[in-house]
Amino acid sequence: MIKAWFKSGLPWIWMTAGAVSINLLLVLGLLMLIAVRGLGHFWPADVVEYHYKDRQGQSSVIIGEEVDESLLHKAQAISAGLEVLNGADYLQQYLIKTGNRDILGTDFRWIQDQYIQDKTTPEDLIAVERREWGNFYGRLLAVKQNGQVIAEGAKAWPVAQEQIEKNLQLFDEIDHLQKKEMGSINYNLERLRLKQRALELKNEWDDSKKQAFAKQKLAYEEEYKVIQAELLKLNIANKCCSIVVSEAGGREISIPLNRVIKLTRPNAMSALDKSIEYIKNVIAFISDDPREANTEGGIFPAIFGTVLMVMLMAVLVTPLGVIAAVYLREYAKQGFITRLIRIAVNNLAGVPSIVYGVFGLGFFVYILGGNIDRLFFPEAAPAPVFGTPGLLWASLTLALLTLPVVIVATEEGLSRIPKSIREGSLALGATKAETLWRTVLPMASPAIMTGLILAVARAAGEVAPLMLVGVVKLAPTLPLDGNFPYLHLDRKFMHLGFHIYDVGFQSPNVEAARPLVYATSLLLVVVIIGLNMFAITIRNNLREKYRALEN
Amino acid sequence: MTTEAIKTHAIDISALNRGSKTTNDKFDPCITVQNLNLFYGSKQALHGVNMEMPRKKVTAYIGPSGCGKSTLLRCINRMNDLVDGVTIQGKLLLDGEDIYDKNVNVAALRRRVGMVFQKPNPFPKSIYENVAYGLRIQGVNDRRVLDEIVEKSLRGAALWDEAKDRLNDNALGLSGGQQQRLVIARAIAIEPEVILLDEPASALDPISTLKIEELIDELKEKYTIVIVTHNMQQAARVSDFTAFMYMGELIEFGETSELFTNPAKKQTEDYITGRYG
Repeated sequence: MIKAWFKSGLPWIWMTAGAVSINLLLVLGLLMLIAVRGLGHFWPADVVEYHYKDRQGQSSVIIGEEVDESLLHKAQAISAGLEVLNGADYLQQYLIKTGNRDILGTDFRWIQDQYIQDKTTPEDLIAVERREWGNFYGRLLAVKQNGQVIAEGAKAWPVAQEQIEKNLQLFDEIDHLQKKEMGSINYNLERLRLKQRALELKNEWDDSKKQAFAKQKLAYEEEYKVIQAELLKLNIANKCCSIVVSEAGGREISIPLNRVIKLTRPNAMSALDKSIEYIKNVIAFISDDPREANTEGGIFPAIFGTVLMVMLMAVLVTPLGVIAAVYLREYAKQGFITRLIRIAVNNLAGVPSIVYGVFGLGFFVYILGGNIDRLFFPEAAPAPVFGTPGLLWASLTLALLTLPVVIVATEEGLSRIPKSIREGSLALGATKAETLWRTVLPMASPAIMTGLILAVARAAGEVAPLMLVGVVKLAPTLPLDGNFPYLHLDRKFMHLGFHIYDVGFQSPNVEAARPLVYATSLLLVVVIIGLNMFAITIRNNLREKYRALEN
Repeated sequence: MTTEAIKTHAIDISALNRGSKTTNDKFDPCITVQNLNLFYGSKQALHGVNMEMPRKKVTAYIGPSGCGKSTLLRCINRMNDLVDGVTIQGKLLLDGEDIYDKNVNVAALRRRVGMVFQKPNPFPKSIYENVAYGLRIQGVNDRRVLDEIVEKSLRGAALWDEAKDRLNDNALGLSGGQQQRLVIARAIAIEPEVILLDEPASALDPISTLKIEELIDELKEKYTIVIVTHNMQQAARVSDFTAFMYMGELIEFGETSELFTNPAKKQTEDYITGRYG
């Protein structure tokens, strides 16, 4: 009976189907976990007010968001020095995000369910998202302008919102002036300085040039002064207002509005309001710069850096890989040497990525970059230009890392082009090179794209080598901006993968960072899938166009 | 079959042979093969072949599989150069020039000697671009010139009426027979002197085969044609001259009517009467 069942082959089918199902479940489970943990973070949680009476019998009020809970067994709790009341078997604990780091010293605290006297969610509780010191939770009392109270009590809320709106606009203007306008002037002044230094080194620095440079410098400085004056005005306007709030303990404090990003009353929000707020939060996460050692704010520079680096990598690796594969498959005499090269190429794909990082640092950054600096940028010395980790070297290192994949896939594609097509082209008087360019390579392009897809998938997820050759925790400027030459290959950049590591393991505020780790992971996966989809679409179009292979 | 029956059969074929009327023209050799030996590695595939193929006539190679007829054909446009480990001795003259001379530009030679293969091999491009391929290689990109030549070539290959409304469609959408005529159009677009046909109809149905044969008959007005065929009737129908090859050797070469009706060699007679091959 069992034997017959085995013989029928059914167990084999079940086994294979089971393997596929487990794979699917693992992938889905992974995505679900990071999606739930990551996306949940952006939902505006209720702010809860606890009346708390602790072990010593001291009463206090705690205001904050409940972010986690845990159930400790009695024995465990007691051994941890906690007390379990009423003979309960388990100790229920909550992790509360109390915010107010400036007052309390920490953002989070654990409280025990058994000491909670009362738990309410009054509508007048506010959550303030600040540029520094994390969130504030408490109650809004009044709005002040230049030290004078302009609104109090119930009126304070709308006035505060209005003022915040104004302040945010001012902040944007200031930010623009500082980063774009002043940044651009500083950049130009630096270029001017370098030019001067270059002329000095060449002994071409004479009086006429001196005058011209001084004139230009003066013009920049004039411009700078104008912007500075404007900034001063804006900054004064920005500093005029503040809100008076009371924290859980009842103390009144004043928060300047230029330090506030958002003021919300989550408990008063309807589900729709919360949904809108949620979407706003997600958009802010994707489009803003990070704050507070990357534990708050957005991750736009990291997304930008990742995508730009991967694209640059693709641009570098494709020609190199394709040309190498064409030589190996089309021109080289097939034999022992080509076999050896193929084995070497395949083995290269198995080299740990950190080794590529070390190579990139040693060869690209120090040797190549160092020599480039010596030859082309002597005026910048002792500051390095290309002789330091940067975007170009990171892309090149990853291009090297993914080269085997592209070579193997291209070779595979070339070997699948029927001989008859090549002969047809040659018989029409085309040379081998013309045949390659006009017929063989276009027909192999879907295979090349497949190689590129694999390369992109690998490169986008790679972190280890990047830490050595160009990725930083916080890059002050994007590698692509409005200043000539627009694409700054020498700049350091941020990367989602490294960002996950940095936020998750190098952050001073672990609890605050944890949801961001999940959210960033989700985003990294989304970015990789997006890049892959883009490449797959191109490949499918090419396949449609050159479907001769199927005949 | 009795000898008598063979004779009648052969005469029957020769009646079909449209080329027979050219018998009295002066013999003008276009391609001359002189003592040609070819080796694949150490294996000899052609043994001292000598023959002269006349201009603007159809020469057919017949013989059993593996007899070297395709190899000989592919020597004429140096297609064998692509095979690893091939050695060729002897001479092959096209209009008196040795095409295996060191100074010969192979690409230029192949422009003079077009080739059509056993299986239709259009490029995965539009019909138009397939025909224009050879011209574009030569650097012709003027749309007007291309339009004109594409039409002329497609007409020349009797495909114009079927393809004129779908010139920009992918050539792979054509039927097998149409594809083969497209490949012929592609070959004649670059105005070669010689067209080599390597069993051009073996992958086609009878109607398509008939069309190709009619086309060959028209093409010989302008081109010297060499055709390899498995099918003796086809050889008899389309060719003016026939070469019978066996085991890499040229056994007999002569006018088709003569060879089929009155073969000089016993081996030829055995083959055309179907004793082997």
